[in-house]
Amino acid sequence: MESLTFRHTTEKPLGGTAPSAITGVVASGNLEILLERVLPPDACEVAIETPIAGYGPVWEAVVADFVARAQPGGLRISINDGGARPDTVSLRLLQGARLMEA
Amino acid sequence: MAAPMAAGTDPRALSWYEATARQRVAALADPGTFHEFLPPTERRMSPHLPLFDLPRAFDDGIVVGRARLDGKPVLVAAQEGRFMGGAFGEVHGAKLIGLLRAARDLRPAAVLILFDTGGVRLQEANAGETAIAEAMRAIAELRAAGVPVIGLIGGRAGAYGGGGLIAGACSRLAVSEGGRISVSGPEVIETNQGAEEFDSRDRALVWRTMGGKHRRLIGGADAFAADTVAAFRAAALDLIGRAPAFDLATLEAEQARLEARIARFGDCRDATEIWARMGVNDPDAVPAMTTASFDETVARVAEAHHDAR
Repeated sequence: MESLTFRHTTEKPLGGTAPSAITGVVASGNLEILLERVLPPDACEVAIETPIAGYGPVWEAVVADFVARAQPGGLRISINDGGARPDTVSLRLLQGARLMEA
Repeated sequence: MAAPMAAGTDPRALSWYEATARQRVAALADPGTFHEFLPPTERRMSPHLPLFDLPRAFDDGIVVGRARLDGKPVLVAAQEGRFMGGAFGEVHGAKLIGLLRAARDLRPAAVLILFDTGGVRLQEANAGETAIAEAMRAIAELRAAGVPVIGLIGGRAGAYGGGGLIAGACSRLAVSEGGRISVSGPEVIETNQGAEEFDSRDRALVWRTMGGKHRRLIGGADAFAADTVAAFRAAALDLIGRAPAFDLATLEAEQARLEARIARFGDCRDATEIWARMGVNDPDAVPAMTTASFDETVARVAEAHHDAR
């Protein structure tokens, strides 16, 4: 297992009031994403557990792109990966942010 | 906890087969009434999977909690068949057993188990096997205390292995066409007995031997549901209302039913032979029947109706 953690500062907090949300399933080519509104409003942390080692730079790029697009300030995001492709990861992150905005 | 629903569609119209465990529970219960015990934020994950370098799930593949069903209080457990085939590990099993034991004190109108499992998780097999046995015991105690336990089976993993055994301990079962109930799965039988005994790649054979229609016709399941959350909800409500007492008379009736079944059909080589012997006019047409015409067929088959279990 490889553990990766990325910390970002956002320009604004994510809207909405949902305290937590979960989306996706740990299955082949899929992943689950748990989002919790527990950090300062300008901070976002993404922690990843993946059985596929060696893709740190790809994860870093996907997470940076998500942070820039969604501005998920205040969220601690935890990921259990089942070997998802970058586009699936991106989609799930945006789905998760949408759930938190509800 | 917020969880995804298909946007712009009626959640009850969701395909049971396609839905996740969380989607099934949220849409099955009265809107907004589901309260989860040990939610993902608690991170009660498998202590064993990291030893095998395998990914964990925040809920260990099972969602448990309380809800209301048509206003009545129920406890619900839903397995996620896509995480490790919905298999029973230590935490997964403990969550189900804890729920069943809590029901002895809470006395809900029913406990609903949404099966979606291949059986025991081989990486934590001892804990999984123990969980199966303890779950069956907890169900027996709960039924004896007068709380019905209803199994709903229509997920992609079916109810296999120990999951099939637990299903057999329930008061009543509802199954859809896609649902399968058995103990040894197709690949297990083929591996042990050869492809001549059971060809696991013959999907039609698998479904007419273990699938929902066959289980309903022989009385192995007590309701047949279309593949929607709405249909399973209606079936669950109906079955709660006609769960049998768990007493000596019921158990003797069940023993007599099973003895009569093996005596009457034990020499059949294929499910279609059983259906023909039951009086189904065109056995070969059963797999392709719509829910409505299948319901009419079931109504004419004596074996599909009983007070036992």
